Amino acid sequence: MAKLHVTTTINGDPVEFLCEPHHTMLDVLRGSLGLTGSKEGCGSGDCGACSVTLDGRLVCSCLMLAAEAEGHQIRTIEGMAEGEMLHPLQQKFLEMAALQCGICTPGMLVAAKALLEHNQEPTETEVRYWLAGNLCRCTGYDKIVRAVLETAAEMRGAAR
Amino acid sequence: MNEHSNKWIGQRTIRPDGADKVTGRAAFGADTTMPGMIWGKVLRSPHAHARIRSIDTSKAESLPGVKAVVTARDIVNFTTDKPFILGIQDMRWMCRNVMAREKVLFHGHPVAAVAAATEEIAAEACKMISVEYEVLPWVIEIEDAIKPDAPILHEFNKLDGKPSNITGKLEHKLGDIAAGFAQAEVIVERSFKTRPVHQGYIEPHACLVSVASDDKTTIWSSSQGQFMVRAMTALLTGLTQSDIRAIPAEIGGGFGGKTIVYLEPLATMLSKKSGRPVKMVMSREEVMRASGPTSGSSSTVKIGATKDGRIVAAHGIYYLQAGALPGSPIRGAAGCSFAPYDIPNVLSQGFDVVSNRSKVVAYRAPGAPIGAYAVECVMDELAVALKMDPLELRLKNAAKQGTKAAHGPVYPRIGFVETLEAARAHPHYKAPLGKHHGRGVASGFWFNAGGESSAQVNITEDGNVVVMTGHPDIGGSRAAIANIAAELIGIDYKSVSVLIGDTATIGYSNMTGGSRVLFASAMVVTQSAEKVITILRARAAKIWNIDPDAVTWEDGAARPAGDNAGKFAPLTLAEIAAKATETGGPIGAGVQLNTTGAEGGFATHICDVEVDVDLGIVRVLRYTAFQDVGKAVHPSYVEGQMQGGVAQGIGWALNEEYIYNRNGQVDNAGFLDYRMPVCSDLPMLDAVMIEIPNPKHPQGVRGVGEVPLVPVMAAIANAIHDALGIRFYSLPMSPPKVLEALDLPRAAE
Repeated sequence: MAKLHVTTTINGDPVEFLCEPHHTMLDVLRGSLGLTGSKEGCGSGDCGACSVTLDGRLVCSCLMLAAEAEGHQIRTIEGMAEGEMLHPLQQKFLEMAALQCGICTPGMLVAAKALLEHNQEPTETEVRYWLAGNLCRCTGYDKIVRAVLETAAEMRGAAR
Repeated sequence: MNEHSNKWIGQRTIRPDGADKVTGRAAFGADTTMPGMIWGKVLRSPHAHARIRSIDTSKAESLPGVKAVVTARDIVNFTTDKPFILGIQDMRWMCRNVMAREKVLFHGHPVAAVAAATEEIAAEACKMISVEYEVLPWVIEIEDAIKPDAPILHEFNKLDGKPSNITGKLEHKLGDIAAGFAQAEVIVERSFKTRPVHQGYIEPHACLVSVASDDKTTIWSSSQGQFMVRAMTALLTGLTQSDIRAIPAEIGGGFGGKTIVYLEPLATMLSKKSGRPVKMVMSREEVMRASGPTSGSSSTVKIGATKDGRIVAAHGIYYLQAGALPGSPIRGAAGCSFAPYDIPNVLSQGFDVVSNRSKVVAYRAPGAPIGAYAVECVMDELAVALKMDPLELRLKNAAKQGTKAAHGPVYPRIGFVETLEAARAHPHYKAPLGKHHGRGVASGFWFNAGGESSAQVNITEDGNVVVMTGHPDIGGSRAAIANIAAELIGIDYKSVSVLIGDTATIGYSNMTGGSRVLFASAMVVTQSAEKVITILRARAAKIWNIDPDAVTWEDGAARPAGDNAGKFAPLTLAEIAAKATETGGPIGAGVQLNTTGAEGGFATHICDVEVDVDLGIVRVLRYTAFQDVGKAVHPSYVEGQMQGGVAQGIGWALNEEYIYNRNGQVDNAGFLDYRMPVCSDLPMLDAVMIEIPNPKHPQGVRGVGEVPLVPVMAAIANAIHDALGIRFYSLPMSPPKVLEALDLPRAAE
């Protein structure tokens, strides 16, 4: 089977890769591109550990074919910090212990960042429903929700 | 240690592994690759129970790209007549669990494994292996497995001289229950059922193994114990432990489910045969079909009390599913269920029952939640029968220092009463409830554990500290260890680096499990740090040319003990480290111990629910967990354990269950249909930490990870009863079951 040639942008960088037609975006990120920050917890779009954004929209990279990245903008957990400056969500997750084992954390952070880009003032309920596609088995979500709400408040404060 | 002088212990510091985990750098089980690496896949049984007549792998082996095939012939056989115990596992069952031997015992049981150039080729090759099966009758549920004419899984297992699926028994006895029940004025006896539930870690099992031609083997894998991986893999492959270096990956959740091996021995033999590094990763479906959930159960609990609410006798009978091979957590069910109470006459019996399901493995306080669900629901009914407040009934019978527990110990200072008093005094207990709302309470106990641990504390040449221990960090233990080392040595916690060693770089350390890690590693880290401080004092004494006893260590510096010792400016850690070479060499110390003194953990929970009477959906509105945590070395991660345990319990109580179809296969082997709580299902979970220091630990640590799961199912069942007046005697209390129960009284009206 001939491989497909894909030209795309990942975390702002131009990227080219070859993939099989059946390869998912997650396969390619974790495989030939070596971006293993996105995790495979289920492969069926149920756990959100592979969350990335496609042109700013939150998607499960396990449900997206790699070939669909052609001409689009992908952002992964590896592109969330700017240099050594953590994103406020990353910093807040650390300060508030919003992670235990850390396997869901990359997807959770990518999803939370997408939320705050859509909604700068989410309610607790909005945070809970937005993150309902990201399973965490360790934390009971309490500290995650608090960290997202507090980051949102701080970012609003900083923007004023 | 002076409680008030703590600078780092009790602080919410940032975990040493944090930056890696929020940026995607942390390497979990499936994140490592090697040059020349190939992929392994497992062929699994399509039958729930069948004899393997023959396996022909020749076609698969001739497929281009296939590098090796293994079957049970490549795995060391531990014959069924001789027990071979490793920790809490028996290698007779482990060798049959990683690869089916005489028979396949459940749908999804491994039959063969293939390594090939790509995952696709390996999967294709699996399909080309031809296995001839003699399909046998199978049995899934406990009540069917213990019938006299049930299909027998293991013909060699006999009970009263006859082949049986009951593969183990355990009994705890205190006093005389017949005499006790004779004194009772109120007796409640009920039977309960629970379904198997999966630990639900988000990271599937994964490993990468490289075996060189001289048998030198490196294993990267995600587990709750790299030393367990080394020992089991050595036993199952015939390699020596010294040839195996097991490197712990970051672990993406375990909850007990990663305390045994599945893939490592297979990947090792595939690598040995192919001469190539082999990577294996389970799919979620494989995790659900073939890795261990905890037991389903069938229990009967009877408790008798006098009219004034004094419990005089208790009898518990717990049948637990072991899955296809013996070894269910009957000790947890029978041992923990009555442990919160001071009861003079107790009989607590556990029965281990095999059936054609995947082998169970530990899940957070293994067995204890099953026992507590039954006991704490009966306690609630008893409180109603006695017209007593449920917390008052528990307080009246609460175990305290000096209480003799049926499972053996006489308790030292414990904090169970304090959890009950805190619950009773909490605003949650008195908050008003709305329509179809209900409030329930329940308590729980877990043994906690000590065991083997090793630590090494080294001072770097620039005067910083590197601490190494041997337990995979599942939920922030590195952060707590950093707090302790910083406290003892008297430096900023940021100067302490905490690492998890592999089997070649740190001494033997038992698994991350049993709520033992901080208890045990704090002990070895404390003793190592104390040795290091002794060395630092000696070095300062040498520099000052005075007696080491005349030097004290305070706030990260050596100081003369008093005016008699001489007048010297303090020597900091950095100053002493800089002179290490000329004062005697590198500075560091290690300690290896079999730790003891882990005392039990107690918790009491309050839960409010709302029942949607049209849809049958139970929603947890408010939840407060009270726990004797000993000493919260890092409070955030203690709260995190409490909140996580509660969330798992909510899933167990309301939604999670394995659904088997008529062919003995799991029908919901994925996260869509095996419904774990998601963020929008839960409220904030309030964790109230009560610190009654463990008198047998240098920092007062008690295990905190497991007991938070124990009371949850009963707390929710009791809350639903409060809301609806209906008791549920089986889990999960899922919408169809709730609707069915709601329809019953209506039909009768």
